[in-house]
Amino acid sequence: MALLQISEPGESTAPHQHRLAAGIDLGTTNSLVASVRSGVTDTLPDKDARHLLPSVVRYRADAAPVVGYQALAAATEDPLNTIASVKRLMGRGVEDVKTLAEHLPYEFVPGSSGMPLLHTAGGDVSPVEVSAEILRTLKTRAEESLGGELAGVVVTVPAYFDDAQRQATKDAARLAGLKVLRLLNEPTAAAVAYGLDQGGDGITAIYDLGGGTFDVSILRLNKGVFEVMSTAGDTALGGDDLDRLVADWIMQQAGMQAGASHVDMRRLMLAARTAKEALSEQTSATVVLELDGTANWTGELTRDRLDELIAPLVEKTLGPCRRALRDAGIRAGDVQSVVMVGGSTRVPLVRERVAGFFKTELMVDIDPDRVVAVGAAIQADILAGNKPDSEMLLLDVIPLSLGIETMGGLSEKIIQRNSTIPTARAQEFTTFKDGQTAMSLHVVQGERELVDDCRSLARFELRGIPPMVAGAARIKVTFQVDADGLLSVIAEEQTQGVTSSIDVKPSYGLSDNEIETMLRDSMDSAAGDRDQRRLREEQVEADRVLEALHSALASDADELLGDAERASIDAAAQALAAVRRGDDYREIKRAIAAVEQASSGYVERRMNSSIRSAMAGHKVDEFKAP
Amino acid sequence: MAITLTAAAADRVRAFIDTRGSGVGLRLAVKTTGCSGMAYVMEFADQVEDDDVVFEDQGVKVLINPKSLVYLDGTELDYAKEGLNEGFKFNNPNVKDMCGCGESFNV
Repeated sequence: MALLQISEPGESTAPHQHRLAAGIDLGTTNSLVASVRSGVTDTLPDKDARHLLPSVVRYRADAAPVVGYQALAAATEDPLNTIASVKRLMGRGVEDVKTLAEHLPYEFVPGSSGMPLLHTAGGDVSPVEVSAEILRTLKTRAEESLGGELAGVVVTVPAYFDDAQRQATKDAARLAGLKVLRLLNEPTAAAVAYGLDQGGDGITAIYDLGGGTFDVSILRLNKGVFEVMSTAGDTALGGDDLDRLVADWIMQQAGMQAGASHVDMRRLMLAARTAKEALSEQTSATVVLELDGTANWTGELTRDRLDELIAPLVEKTLGPCRRALRDAGIRAGDVQSVVMVGGSTRVPLVRERVAGFFKTELMVDIDPDRVVAVGAAIQADILAGNKPDSEMLLLDVIPLSLGIETMGGLSEKIIQRNSTIPTARAQEFTTFKDGQTAMSLHVVQGERELVDDCRSLARFELRGIPPMVAGAARIKVTFQVDADGLLSVIAEEQTQGVTSSIDVKPSYGLSDNEIETMLRDSMDSAAGDRDQRRLREEQVEADRVLEALHSALASDADELLGDAERASIDAAAQALAAVRRGDDYREIKRAIAAVEQASSGYVERRMNSSIRSAMAGHKVDEFKAP
Repeated sequence: MAITLTAAAADRVRAFIDTRGSGVGLRLAVKTTGCSGMAYVMEFADQVEDDDVVFEDQGVKVLINPKSLVYLDGTELDYAKEGLNEGFKFNNPNVKDMCGCGESFNV
């Protein structure tokens, strides 16, 4: 018989209609799954009442992989086949992994799709597959706990995850047989758990000190949409480092030698962690260390001593906090609330320092280990359709940059990728030729520098620009993306107010795979793109210089130029025209400088003569300053 | 006859109402849908309606409409754990047969 849950008044669903949804915090060290039941959101424990699932997968020959505590226990004896911290490898290419791999004990083999594979006893596995094992375990736990199949899940990712990393996370969920309703930024999930999305607009800082990583994010809630203003952190700083400091102290006190056995080291780390955790509640803790062969050691660690030991590390977390504030362009006083995430934020000294830094009360009521999963579950419940009247949060970002083609076939990015939507950005452009009255606008999407390598979205024209010299017109191009991802582009000539606009749907027809391919292309060819861009820029500049020179020569060369000077200008111009057809941007740059130098006397005389002709027929008084 | 709660069920209802922060009690009802004809409804109640029949057991108010009471009278509400799953269970003496899932029933 089914076990029933209590609904909100009037929100009971028909039998078999209630859609089970869960939120998943797929963490570097630990993962959790949470769900909303009878109006209460909490994480779901396993059959031994443990909520955390260590994000560790052990592969064995001829047997199914083992996930969680059991895998973690085998980490020291079977390091090559026991994959931990796989989140650090998600969405990374072979090259990225080479730098990371120095710190990791695993054997990497290149995969067919440019994705690195980990070589294990159970075969070669990709980071996506390893993550899928963790997700599958959580899926099973959730379905057993909720008594049915999951209709959908919300999976959290760090705010700084790029598209490839987000895509890899989605792929892992799909591989685990989960339907991803949405990926949610971890700091946003924490804010949702505290109901900050239901409150007024304001700025929130999320301080997340996990087991092995530290992240701080500054979020701004604006009309129900969380915008990530900035993120900063340290990927190699976490609660484990605090444990290590305490362990060092115990070793010193107990007279333990470095190079102790694995078993002893594990006991030492456990004793250190137990003492640290006890000191979150008490002011003093007894440390009991049982060692192989030697006498046991018992000592006393006070909270004051602990504070002294860990103070440098706690201070170290404030550096990224300062950086995040600076990147967001705000001061500590602008932050209205600080949400504490991660088990290490239980340490009293951490709370004290963070509260002192932001000069505000901290939000610590929800278990800091579970708060991200809880927020994800709340969002999943809404997205699965169990709260029909609830306002939907729109937290989407633009997957690829949107830009406009400029002279020389270059893409000028107006909205950077990962910008939260809705958004609007504007940039001013100008005319290229004297008397230009129309402008053709080409809207493109992609990260590459050349328009040819980006995806063309739309073309339209702005007509009726008043005739002016090149560079004098001011045309403001505004890109607007609404909450549904619909792009509209408006071009406006500033002096006369002539406008033209077009609506585009940017993500239409672009599959997730294509997005990933486009991103990978842009990463692979960044250096080549840069040189291409410089070349095009110099070519455009060369055209502009030659164009201006020719029109000037045609109008007044006879009056203002001697034969010798004319010859040297012509020679320089011809040299420029010749190298402009080549592909060395440095040479073009030098040739432009040569033309400018050869024509400098002529340009000066032109200027004087045009001032004289402008002043002719006027009294000197008219030019006096008023 | 009446509607009663087991101690476990009463504890959970009180805890859920506490977490929710408001509500006068628990509303039970049946509605005529589902694969075996009728289905249970369990909701938080924010107010007592005029024709509600109110039972009180172990500090929990159970509100029920007289029409639904016909099908529920004598029910004991239990809270059970089955493996990792947990939730409320209706021990309803009026039920002749249930659909396999237990969410709907026939009298």
